[in-house]
Amino acid sequence: MKNPIIGLNKVFESRIRLGVMSILLVNEEVNFNDLKQMLEVTDGNLATHLVNLEENGFIKIHKGFIGKKTNTTYAVTKSGEKAFSDHITALENMIKGVK
Amino acid sequence: MSEQNQPTDSLQDIKDIRRIMERSSRFISLSGLSGVAAGICALAGAFIAYGMLDTYYGSYDSEGFFSGDDFSRLKIKLALLGAGVFTVAFIASFYLTWRKAKKMGQPIWDLTSKRLAWNMLLPLLAGAAFIIGMLRYDIWVFVSPACLIFYGLALVNASKYTLTDIRYLGYCEIVLGLVNMLFIGYGLWFWAIGFGILHIIYGIIMWWKYERK
Repeated sequence: MKNPIIGLNKVFESRIRLGVMSILLVNEEVNFNDLKQMLEVTDGNLATHLVNLEENGFIKIHKGFIGKKTNTTYAVTKSGEKAFSDHITALENMIKGVK
Repeated sequence: MSEQNQPTDSLQDIKDIRRIMERSSRFISLSGLSGVAAGICALAGAFIAYGMLDTYYGSYDSEGFFSGDDFSRLKIKLALLGAGVFTVAFIASFYLTWRKAKKMGQPIWDLTSKRLAWNMLLPLLAGAAFIIGMLRYDIWVFVSPACLIFYGLALVNASKYTLTDIRYLGYCEIVLGLVNMLFIGYGLWFWAIGFGILHIIYGIIMWWKYERK
């Protein structure tokens, strides 16, 4: 029998990283403050997780400007989308496995 | 995280993912009571407008002459009434939705509400400009159908960013507006049904479905 744990992605073990990915999958582009507001986390905490996701190639960062203020937005990459859907499939398989 | 509670955790993870996706893409604090309040305002407005028109046409019939002054005064009164009704309805709806958002612990001005506001406003502003354009040529009969149709389109467009049920209210408004085109001259009645009665029915259904304890 296939091991149900296979497919679970270590990167998404963190609640915040899971949350970021969930938001970015249904919203094309989201900026830092909106992410922070929706996930109810601190600046530093969120920044660390975003760096981690970017290093894994799951999200891309776009630095722009609104007037003179910087506006950094985040979007999911193709490989991020793939990794996340694999992760969800693995989660679903685990739930099915219990029944 | 121990091996035993892995399954429960994956269930929780899936639930969280769904909740976050839902909450980050739609503004769900819209209150049904907002619809009821807007509907009552519209009915009151239509009632006052009916009175104004009645007085105007009443005097026109008895005296048998047309006074340009009276007519322009009526136009201004109707325009002011419309603006007044819109303002009161907007404030009342906003307050009730704000109250619901606060109760749910949700922010009222976030990504989802901004997106909802923009997608709702765009067809409404186009509609308003269109109606003002018609009025410049003194075309009055299409004001009510245009209000209903553009408002319906705004609701259908907005339904992608809030509770999807609002889409059906949008369909009803569009159909009502189109039917109104066949019954020119009964604009006020159609307007009262679309903005008054439909709003109240929709509001009660929404309230029943999502807010009733």
